[in-house]
Amino acid sequence: MLLNLTINGEQRSDNVDPRMLLVHYIRDIANLTGTHVGCETSICGACTVLINGSAVKSCTILAVQADGTKITTIEGMAEGDRLHPLQEGFWEEHGLQCGYCTPGMIMTAADLLARNSNPTEAEIREALEGNLCRCTGYQHIVKAIQFAAAKMRTSKAA
Amino acid sequence: MAVVPKFVGERIKRREDPRLITGTGQYVDDVRLPGMLTALVLRSPYAHAKINSIKLDAAQKVPGVVAVLCGDDLKDKVGSVPCVAPAEHVPYHPVLAQGKVRFVGEGVAVAVASDAYIAQDALDQIEVDYDPLEAVTDPEQALEAGAPILHDEFKTNSVTLASVPNPAVDEAMNKADKVIRFRIHNQRLAPVPMEPRGVVARWEPGYKQLTIWSSTQIPHLMRSQVADMLKLGENKIHVIAPEVGGGFGAKLNVYAEEALISHLAITLKRPVKWIERRRENLSGTTHGRDQIVYLEIAANKDGEVLALKGRFICDMGAYLQLLTPAIPGFSGLMMTGCYKIPALAFDQQMVFTNKMATDAYRGAGRPEAAFIAERTMEAVASEFNLDPADVRRKNFIAKASFPAPTAGGLVYDSGDYELTLNKALDQIDYNKTRAEQAAAAKEGRYIGIGIASYVEICGIGPSALLPPKLKGGGWESCTVRIEPDGKVTVLTGVSPHGQGQETTFAQIVADELGIDIDDVTVVHGDTALVPYGIGTFGSRGTTVGGPALMMSVGKLQAKMKRIASTMMEVPPEQLEFRNRTIAMASDASKSIALQTVIEAAYGYKTVIEGVEPGLDATSFYEPSACTFPFGTHVAVVEVDSQTGQVKFLRYVAVDDCGKVISPLLVEGQIQGGIAQGIAQALYEEVKYDEGGQLLSATLMDYAVPKANMLPHYELLSTVTPSPVNSLGVKGVGEAGTIGATPCAYNAVLDALKRLGIRDLDMPLKPETIWRAIRDAKKA
Repeated sequence: MLLNLTINGEQRSDNVDPRMLLVHYIRDIANLTGTHVGCETSICGACTVLINGSAVKSCTILAVQADGTKITTIEGMAEGDRLHPLQEGFWEEHGLQCGYCTPGMIMTAADLLARNSNPTEAEIREALEGNLCRCTGYQHIVKAIQFAAAKMRTSKAA
Repeated sequence: MAVVPKFVGERIKRREDPRLITGTGQYVDDVRLPGMLTALVLRSPYAHAKINSIKLDAAQKVPGVVAVLCGDDLKDKVGSVPCVAPAEHVPYHPVLAQGKVRFVGEGVAVAVASDAYIAQDALDQIEVDYDPLEAVTDPEQALEAGAPILHDEFKTNSVTLASVPNPAVDEAMNKADKVIRFRIHNQRLAPVPMEPRGVVARWEPGYKQLTIWSSTQIPHLMRSQVADMLKLGENKIHVIAPEVGGGFGAKLNVYAEEALISHLAITLKRPVKWIERRRENLSGTTHGRDQIVYLEIAANKDGEVLALKGRFICDMGAYLQLLTPAIPGFSGLMMTGCYKIPALAFDQQMVFTNKMATDAYRGAGRPEAAFIAERTMEAVASEFNLDPADVRRKNFIAKASFPAPTAGGLVYDSGDYELTLNKALDQIDYNKTRAEQAAAAKEGRYIGIGIASYVEICGIGPSALLPPKLKGGGWESCTVRIEPDGKVTVLTGVSPHGQGQETTFAQIVADELGIDIDDVTVVHGDTALVPYGIGTFGSRGTTVGGPALMMSVGKLQAKMKRIASTMMEVPPEQLEFRNRTIAMASDASKSIALQTVIEAAYGYKTVIEGVEPGLDATSFYEPSACTFPFGTHVAVVEVDSQTGQVKFLRYVAVDDCGKVISPLLVEGQIQGGIAQGIAQALYEEVKYDEGGQLLSATLMDYAVPKANMLPHYELLSTVTPSPVNSLGVKGVGEAGTIGATPCAYNAVLDALKRLGIRDLDMPLKPETIWRAIRDAKKA
């Protein structure tokens, strides 16, 4: 089937098997391997991407269901060499160790910060309930998201 | 040029992160090779069954399928999955089942196709005719007469029985005011690295060279074992551990798929990829813990513990993986914890059951030991109505006693256990919190305070502690190369997968050579690049890998000083490395640029007679002893008596891992460790039903904690350097896990104490707690 969509600002048109999952399209056809597969059952969130701005687990939808949408993956977060505030936050606050869950965490956090520019620790922890991290114990992830939220509020105010 | 700052001890941002936060790191699944095929493994739905027949022909006919094989096709072609730890009964462990399956998730057949979707179509066409057999999943039942036998040739489900007797224990039991007896089960857990396992193998027929990309913690040790399994020379196998998405012990192993996928790549002459699915990960990657212990404690009324005796039953699962029967030994040897308990005896019965093999999981035997020691302290406090903090103080090995020999025959290197306890209790304001607890009780609320002081064994260690069949001792290797342009390449034998040695090792090198951290690159996980190394496990990365690095740096420093000495006409012992120069210690104005010395070493611009060219040093560091990190964790929880829910009010951890190179990374290790420790106490359990069906086969059913299930951690530290190594470090990878399980458990039990609840099996799920409260109120 013909699939038309935009990934990270690039318009694409590909013939895909109707049964292909979106995550496999992103990884194997669009060659964006920053989006990871961790569980195939939509629990771990490693595959999270933004579809039209909302965080979606790309392992549980078909590629063809994303027809006509705008997708952002981790590769689309930085502007050239300038990191997204969330990427900066994860780096500054040591919000990652093995890094496997990180892209999904960042995409989920982007969705949260678009809805809530100043979340509390409890709100952040709640928002991350669909993303598992096995390395960090989450505390530095919470701090990373708080760092980004503060930075994004400041730059908006400026 | 600006003055180069110092890096060791500073909160340095990780050098690994830029690629990982931009999605440009390369994990095994990201490896793309021309002509690459995908393999999927069909796995047994039965815990125990005879395989009557396997029909592969329909699967082989699926368009796009290249090969479909079962275990019988691989007889004499791929050797047994290895167990290197000594045991009385080590079964043959085929890479795909032959004749019989022994656990749910055991590989039965493999399909190789142009992509994973087609490989799945092929698996769906394979017909296996099974004769289900009675299964046994309870290790105590497995030892009973008439239990189904897993490996007929042994006529028993006993793997081995290890005994450490001690007549002094029985004397102490007779002499003590009281002998307290109870049973502890450290339940079976799944390590669940977020990246499942994966293998890519490529065979280059012209060169007879095999390359294996594997998500492993031990690239070299794995290469040695796979070379054996495939009967290839070790110099014909190149192993790459690319970005590895967590290990936690589960990737400290050699798995069937590493040899199987390699065999397929060799025979099909095309690259083959296999990526583990989460269900496979939960059923077919090693589990941890699963030890029962019948504990006897000889104690006096004043809280003094005189002796410990443990009868362990350790569930090994259906086959033995790399170190399966070696793990429980640590639980026995370390079960006296931080305490000067004079007499210890234990025996450990290892048992086959129809389950996945157990092996190392974060802490590997020491979390079980700490749990035993800390339950001991609580039981004694409870028995004689003493404060649990005081019972610990009464029994602690005193600061002045180090190096301290233990009843288990170990020698603890250094420690100050009471200091960490006092610091943790001060932070929590212990007396005030006890008063608040009593006040809350009057309102009908259940608040509990849990204490756990722990010590663990790290940096293993002298090579004699590891089994010879591992083909590598307890040492570690490192090459340091200063390139002609002055940049430094570190090639380490450890294989970090989140621990951050690309940062810590760069900090060390930068300080030692007086250069900027950006001038140092750390390379790991590639057997073609780094010297033979042992890998990353047991908190050994910096503890054993670090001193190896220091040795190589030291060799280069000596050589460069010698060159500088000739050029400056100053004795080498008066020189030091400072701010990109080699300078006189007594007079910094007398210096020579480091780059000038490097150029001389490489024999351009200046040539120094009598000095071997180049700046490349390799070292192998053999530790003289193990290190023993320690600490105290204190938690305050509230139990909701209506729902059984546990809520953390505080979590304080005081950890001592010796000298700290990278404080930010140490925090990260401890926080992640605490999360996994709390997970054992409250949430996680690998559950098989009586017939051997795995009930926790997805992340829907296996409760890896989410962000909102864990507390905010308050971290403090003390610093007691280890005298064992040149860096004074002790290791921190497992500390949090070891402290947190007994801490969280003791807090919940303390909350339930006034109901008369003394003993519950982990995990302390709401249901478990709710039932216990209901039963206690009924009674």
